[in-house]
Amino acid sequence: MKEIRIHGRGGQGSVVTAELFAIAAHQSGRYSQAFPYLGGGGERRGAPVQAFTRIDDKPIRIRSKIYEPDYVIVSDTTLIKLVDVTAGVKPGGMVIVNTEKDPMALGLPKELDIRTINATQIAVEKIGRPIMNTALMGAFAAFTGEFDIESIKAAISQKFSGAIVDKNVAAAVAAYEQVKSR
Amino acid sequence: MSTISVIEGSMAVAQAVKACRPGVIAAYPISPQTHIVEFLSQFVADNEMDTKYVRVDAEFSAASAVYGSSATGVRSYTASSSQGLLLMSEVLYAMAGTRLPVVLTGVNRTVSAPITIQPDHQDTMALRDTGLIQLHVENSQEAYATHIQAFKLAEDHDILLPVMVCMDGWILTHSFEPVKLEDQEKVDEFLPPFVPKYRLDTKNPLTYGAYADDEVPEFRLMMHFAQERAKEKIEKIAREYEAKFGDYFGGLIDTYRCDDAEIVMVAMGSVIGTLKDAVDKLRKENIKVGVLKVRSYRPFPGEEILSAVKGAKMVAVLDKSLSVGQGGPLATDVKAALANKQAPPVLGCIAGMGGRDMSMVLIREIIEKSQKAITTGKIPDIEYIALKRQYLE
Repeated sequence: MKEIRIHGRGGQGSVVTAELFAIAAHQSGRYSQAFPYLGGGGERRGAPVQAFTRIDDKPIRIRSKIYEPDYVIVSDTTLIKLVDVTAGVKPGGMVIVNTEKDPMALGLPKELDIRTINATQIAVEKIGRPIMNTALMGAFAAFTGEFDIESIKAAISQKFSGAIVDKNVAAAVAAYEQVKSR
Repeated sequence: MSTISVIEGSMAVAQAVKACRPGVIAAYPISPQTHIVEFLSQFVADNEMDTKYVRVDAEFSAASAVYGSSATGVRSYTASSSQGLLLMSEVLYAMAGTRLPVVLTGVNRTVSAPITIQPDHQDTMALRDTGLIQLHVENSQEAYATHIQAFKLAEDHDILLPVMVCMDGWILTHSFEPVKLEDQEKVDEFLPPFVPKYRLDTKNPLTYGAYADDEVPEFRLMMHFAQERAKEKIEKIAREYEAKFGDYFGGLIDTYRCDDAEIVMVAMGSVIGTLKDAVDKLRKENIKVGVLKVRSYRPFPGEEILSAVKGAKMVAVLDKSLSVGQGGPLATDVKAALANKQAPPVLGCIAGMGGRDMSMVLIREIIEKSQKAITTGKIPDIEYIALKRQYLE
């Protein structure tokens, strides 16, 4: 089983990201589960939220939160001061942060495998709004190899309709290609 | 063709209710029930359902509206959580007493105070004695199946009681996972249109909710007898569902690796899957444990539980609610079912109230406390799992 924990703020699309990962896993013939944790009074914009995705080759039964993730995604670097975003990351696990900064400049534990992508900038360019989740998904696919870009595109097409499909696919592909070309 | 896709638990419920073709839905939104009724009102607005969706001012009105529609012989549905369910409670007693086969979803959430949106079982436990049949589900697929089964059960002329499908808020309603949605045609075959035994009809007038004095004990007893009959029907309908759709989630109970288990953990709802994974892990460490899922909380499957646990050394019951001044209601019921029988002792564990996460660490604590009780022979009245003592001071 592979476990992903996403740290974001209410309104940034963390829960949708977790859902899209679950759909992408299903599209590629695996089992999946995605769920949010909304603490401190619920669904408030700007409040720290966590969302989780599990992926496995067999049906998933466990429903506790994810304490030892294989992968962590940090959508917003202002969370690093507030939340222990790297808590419990498995040895060999990876932390992917949405930032223009260098991984070593984030003040995260040095022994972790930290990767960065400026997903907000890609989102502004491709979508016209700083909704960075699909760009982060493209980068995640390139960094981890857990998904091919086609299943990410298929998940976006299944979840959304209209013009935002193409814009979000463009954001995911741009992030994927930027990472691949490094 | 049935289809499998990754959808939210709330959507699984909404799709099941849609497939059951209720004539009336009345509901008032409350977290974490909200998505279910949002999806249903959208289906109605989009003409995907031939249903009257009644928007009401509060849950008392929601329950009253479906009371009325059900009494006219129309299949009716509502859903609520927490304070909303409690606001319905007066009407739910009347609904059960009047023998109206309404199906409702009890999306489990803590009851205030303190105010919170996190899940536990306190709300539906407060409705324990209403006369509602209460079925708890483990995952989204079971939630889907159990709503379809619930209408068939409620409307059976030997039963005629409201059925509440209980599901943990957030943990199930807001999880996305693969769910199989069945063909409408097959659902129609499984669940034919509602044929009321009695109904409000101007051409054949009768009274619902008439005054009674001397008849009261027998009225209440007849509800009890209907619940007794429901024990057989719940299993039968679950097997009919299996024959039609291929899925079985248990009847009154379900068991996992209980046959040679020394410790059987008894629980309800979404924690069951986590417990099954824990059992597999613990068995690798040569700790013989099993899980017993109580699927039907009312009627309570005392005999089935006794027969499943009788070989164990300890029965550890997990309660996600507390009957203040007594203990966990599920543990109390299990103890009553095993009293005066050849049965193992029962350790009542309060765990997961207020949404405190049911992690592997908590489950290990339950097993360690059970092992200690077996070794020492000392069984506390209540074990509090993952207690944070700093809050008690």
